[in-house]
Amino acid sequence: MKNKMNLTKSTKSTLITIGMVVVAYIIMMILTKAGALSSLMKGLLVPLCIYAIIAVALNLTVGILGELSLGHAGFMCIGAFSSAFFSFCFKDTMAAGPRFLIAILIGAGIAALFGLLIGIPVLRLQGDYLAIVTLAFGEIIKNVINVLYIGRDVDGFHFSMKDAMALNLQDGGQVIVNGAQGITGTPKDSNFTIGAILLVITLLIVLNLVNSRPGRAIMAIRDNRIAAESVGINITKYKLLAFSISAGLAGVAGVLYAHNLSILQAQPKNFGYNMSIMILVYVVLGGIGNIRGSVISAIILVLLPELMRELQDYRMLIYSVVLIGIMLFNWAPKARVFREKYSLKRLLSKKTAKEEK
Amino acid sequence: MKKFTSVLLAVAMVATMLVGCGAKETAETPATETTTETTTETADGSAFKIGGSGPLTGGAAIYGIAVQRGAQIAVDEINAAGGINGFQIDYNFADDEHDAEKAVNAYNTLKDWGMQLFMGTVTSGPCVAVIENTKEDNMFQITPSGTAVDCVKYPNAFRVCFSDPGQGGKSAQYIGENKIASKVAVIYDSSDVYSSGIYQTFAADAANYGVEIVAAEAFTADTKTDFTTQLTKAKDAGAELVFLPIYYSEAALILSQADSMGYDPMFFGCDGLDGILTMEAFDTALAEDLMLLTPFAADAEDEATQNFVAAYQEAYGETPIQFAANAYDAMYIIKAALEKAGATPEMSVSELGDAMIAAMSEITVDGVTGANMTWTEEGEVNKEPKAVKIVDGTYKAM
Repeated sequence: MKNKMNLTKSTKSTLITIGMVVVAYIIMMILTKAGALSSLMKGLLVPLCIYAIIAVALNLTVGILGELSLGHAGFMCIGAFSSAFFSFCFKDTMAAGPRFLIAILIGAGIAALFGLLIGIPVLRLQGDYLAIVTLAFGEIIKNVINVLYIGRDVDGFHFSMKDAMALNLQDGGQVIVNGAQGITGTPKDSNFTIGAILLVITLLIVLNLVNSRPGRAIMAIRDNRIAAESVGINITKYKLLAFSISAGLAGVAGVLYAHNLSILQAQPKNFGYNMSIMILVYVVLGGIGNIRGSVISAIILVLLPELMRELQDYRMLIYSVVLIGIMLFNWAPKARVFREKYSLKRLLSKKTAKEEK
Repeated sequence: MKKFTSVLLAVAMVATMLVGCGAKETAETPATETTTETTTETADGSAFKIGGSGPLTGGAAIYGIAVQRGAQIAVDEINAAGGINGFQIDYNFADDEHDAEKAVNAYNTLKDWGMQLFMGTVTSGPCVAVIENTKEDNMFQITPSGTAVDCVKYPNAFRVCFSDPGQGGKSAQYIGENKIASKVAVIYDSSDVYSSGIYQTFAADAANYGVEIVAAEAFTADTKTDFTTQLTKAKDAGAELVFLPIYYSEAALILSQADSMGYDPMFFGCDGLDGILTMEAFDTALAEDLMLLTPFAADAEDEATQNFVAAYQEAYGETPIQFAANAYDAMYIIKAALEKAGATPEMSVSELGDAMIAAMSEITVDGVTGANMTWTEEGEVNKEPKAVKIVDGTYKAM
């Protein structure tokens, strides 16, 4: 009993966040088993996990590290394509379980590697350079994948940047990555259980990092770079650490995405600039630096347009109005005063104060 | 303070989830109300519920809207004429934003609405994703315009249009067998699935028909405004014919830029070029002698086409493009197959699926995109491609 009371504030907060995900998972599983869940919700469960993971990943960069990244969809894209490529190659020769596990590691690893490569030159600089470079990176990745052709036949792998014919595949050869047509026929390994587990792991990694010594160093850099440098914190190292973890987790979201649909194409819609901004919107509306908020806002903002389908053509219009509404509610000074006044916590404490009297 | 916000957001989340869960029970009534465009005097179980999906917003919206409208006209006609086997059609169309993930959501929404037959999706990528779901449910699927090979890879899926290999191969065959040209340049959009798909099969088949590709020049969605480089290369390579497996908006630019360069080869395109004559601010004189393989020409003189075009113009004030025609045919194909199978709306999705798969290989349909259309078990359509040439600003059959 005493142990429980001794939990630090941050541990409690972590447990609440993880508990929320677990409770949501259990409720959804019960509803699925009872057959009470609509097809739409069933189909949305995995995407919800994907966007929650990537929102948490981006919050690590934006909220904890204090750098702006406008290319997280690009890291997601890398994770998606590298893992889908792997899964496609070993589709017939490996069991689904270990194959997907390796695919996740590959997707996360390659995305983190790219994060590191970009970070090495850019994170040494002060200012908004990371935003500019990641913005360009996301677009470059998308365009490179759109002209990339990879095929396989008895001689091994063939690469081309021209077209599928230039691969010169022998009879029986197979085009795996077919330029703009992407990868077709990735095994459908993602499911809600794996998505929820990955979300919990993501939360554990990020929350533990935040509460650890490196995490405090990272936040010190965010708050005052000069002060942090003066006490001997290796700025580039910690920045790189946070950014590559963030990129790797974005890669994990990409792996889930790639294995949820049978077709993977790098289009502006799913891996372009707009997607990166969308992820940033999840983070900003959930509260910059607030990991739990990112999960909640990602879930609400992904669900909202789908649940408003009955409004037909007006749904996108209303969606944007809702976005503005949430923004005002969260950040406008008047709204803050209002919330302060009618805060549930305050009302409760008032009550208890009165009772005590 | 932060806690209060998160509690509130959590409540909101739970609430939205409950709404999502509860939607199953309540979806029936409001969903039918939102589709009041169709005549829905009939109660549940006494009408065929046909769903469709395609992009209604975003860059590809023009195709989705055309399909939605084309199918709507067919539905109205069928319902007015007494329906299918005496049952009316309930028709609902969902937005998929030309995105694979959203298309799966749209499909699931339609399923919650009670859809029994699926007419979609409009674009290839989403179609390949959705087919996994229709296969799982054994839902009958017919795509009006999904051209990628994998769109119909399962037995429950069929298509109205030609596949990408079909178009590319047929174009090469047509050019080669009719000895139109032997030196061909291709300008295609490498970032577009439709365009690169046709190009690949065209290039693979060209040599078999004695057609030599002297230049294959790509552009992407980001560089689709200036084509002088590609045209210069085609000219320098001595191409007699330029093959344009692209959509008409880019083709219009290519034609006008070729004209200002003083380069005048033959131009040949696929169904994506349909619509070029009705494009605003385009000098139709530039399209003179342009050849295209298309299943549908809005000014064809047969009665079915003229009726369809007139109805479409009356309802929406514009000339239908071939996507609308494909969707219009798709509805009549569904009707023919349902009649052949003697199906009723009481049948379950899977039963309907089985019945329709059996019926599809037996029916023959005359539509606005082709006469005597039949289907193979693989889901491919057999119909003659119509090659047309633009003469004096109108299509002329070749």
